[in-house]
Amino acid sequence: MTDLPTPTENASESVKGRSLWADGIRRLRKRGFARVCFVIVLIYFALAGLIFLDEVFGWNIPLFDWQESVGPSYQKPCLEYEWMPEGQEVSQKGWTIFGTDFLGQSTFRKILYGTKTSIMVALFASVISLLIGVPLGAVAGYCRGWVDDAIVWLYTTIGTIPGIILIMAFAVVLRSQTFFGMEIKGITAVYVALGLTSWVGICRLIRGEIIKRKESEYVLAARALGCSNGRIIFLHLLPNVFHIIIINFSLRFVGFIHAEVILSFLGLGETDKPSWGAMIDAARTELARNVWWEMAAATAAIFFISLALNIFGDALRDCLDPKLRTD
Amino acid sequence: MTAYIIRRLLYLVPIVMGVLLVTFCLFTLVGGDISQQIAGKNADAETIAEIRHEYGFDKPLFLAWDSQFLDHFKKAFTFNFGRALDREKIGEKILRGVGPSLALTVPMFLGTLVISISFSLIVAFLRGTVWDHIIVFLCVAGMSIPYLSFIIFGQYYFAYKLDWFPIFYDPSRPIYLSIILPALIGIVAGLGSSLRFYRTIMLDEIRSDYVRTAFAKGLTSRKVLFKHVLKNAMIPIVTNTVLSIPYLILGSLLLERFFGIPGLGYLMIEAINARDFFVLNAMTFIMALLIAFFTLVTDVCYAWVDPRVKFD
Repeated sequence: MTDLPTPTENASESVKGRSLWADGIRRLRKRGFARVCFVIVLIYFALAGLIFLDEVFGWNIPLFDWQESVGPSYQKPCLEYEWMPEGQEVSQKGWTIFGTDFLGQSTFRKILYGTKTSIMVALFASVISLLIGVPLGAVAGYCRGWVDDAIVWLYTTIGTIPGIILIMAFAVVLRSQTFFGMEIKGITAVYVALGLTSWVGICRLIRGEIIKRKESEYVLAARALGCSNGRIIFLHLLPNVFHIIIINFSLRFVGFIHAEVILSFLGLGETDKPSWGAMIDAARTELARNVWWEMAAATAAIFFISLALNIFGDALRDCLDPKLRTD
Repeated sequence: MTAYIIRRLLYLVPIVMGVLLVTFCLFTLVGGDISQQIAGKNADAETIAEIRHEYGFDKPLFLAWDSQFLDHFKKAFTFNFGRALDREKIGEKILRGVGPSLALTVPMFLGTLVISISFSLIVAFLRGTVWDHIIVFLCVAGMSIPYLSFIIFGQYYFAYKLDWFPIFYDPSRPIYLSIILPALIGIVAGLGSSLRFYRTIMLDEIRSDYVRTAFAKGLTSRKVLFKHVLKNAMIPIVTNTVLSIPYLILGSLLLERFFGIPGLGYLMIEAINARDFFVLNAMTFIMALLIAFFTLVTDVCYAWVDPRVKFD
């Protein structure tokens, strides 16, 4: 027994508590289903990241080349089909799990590429809305007074306009505008519009939390030590409400993915690259010709990430902050 | 009470001003001069100048009595929004759209409300059992399917394939025929989130002390659920209903678009496709006004019903 801990080490160990995050993750581990959902979400994100890197570095991974014609127009999902590629004399054999579209492009590859489109829209929209909502909410809650009044006025005003109208108005107006020499087009208009309109909820939430916590002892201690207000807000208060941001983020993400579908249908989304919304929209004319696979595949892709994110987000909320239950 | 209502009404003023400021920034400052778009690609300079004059794009933005900024406010307060790009008066267009929109959304809303509240009472009774988990899972699953898929599939299968309902709105036939299918699709698509919402409300109530007391004095569970729990859950239910009224007037954009119902949602989609900022501007303002008003109504009702709410 040579490795007995010294008394001081022992003492410091006994007072060491578990952090909120360690506690939350420990509880999350016990939920098997939530873990499965987390893995599904990770797979979607990894796929989107891989396609992004593939585009940036030009790896030309064949599976991500959605433009290639791999079969005849509107080939049903089947294990083996024969087709004659244009300009060739020999017929080729192939197989497809999700069929092909009008141009003979593989639906499966389009779904994969659509993952990148959707995740990118949702991610950028979330980042924009957090970058606006969190600092505004924190400053409003901490400073109170006229600053608070102004910020509350701003978000009440934005919150008074129905979300769907505001998003569409932003998307319509922002399209093909030029800001600082950059033209806003296609998908950029979608996530800028979503981000600029959706920060109200998180702003209100953070403001309320900061008001609750600004009188706590640790804030008082920080002030007694001479910390500046900015330091107290961003280094002391915000880390303590960070879990709320994460929970909100994970539940908000689903909404953005669904919003992308609607905006694509309205013709405000991506126009020349595949996206899930555009694929579902294409089904309007295709279903009458019995082409169901494109819509089914896109719906399934959206369904699984939404379900996984919803369940994981709920589990995260229950584990990190059960009091936050609002729905 | 009267003082409270007056104070709340006064609080509407900065909100309405804010909405007008937002729409001005959006449609006039960022959207800008769309005369080129109205005139078409091959228009000569004279036509464009004419259109600019007609829509007032040639006026100064700020700092003049007839500036576009003041004009924007004047239009809103007199509810005189001028003409849309297709020369029709915007006010008439909007008034005409309210009826069809309400014809679709009111049955849809009531159906969802009745079904989800009765189901939520049953689910609250089953809380903690396997059935509860299954129903919650089904709700989340229903919420995860995109709205557009519900509509496209429903329209294709029930109207086109089975031919049970008309595919499009037909003005010559009674309106309820064309409303049934879109309303049913709307109910099915919205049931998941609605049921989950009311389940949480019911569970909050069922955990409270008065329910334990009611059970303890030997009431049957049916009596507890329908007499005690439902009555106390009425406050969030009524709040939710009142706050939904403006959205009922707005109609359902996607359903109206797919089934050709000429309501306000359809009007919005048309305006977006035509890039008609005038219609969008008018709709945004009117909807914001309605929402601000009904939020006020809810707050006043809250203060009126619940003695714990203070008037300040």
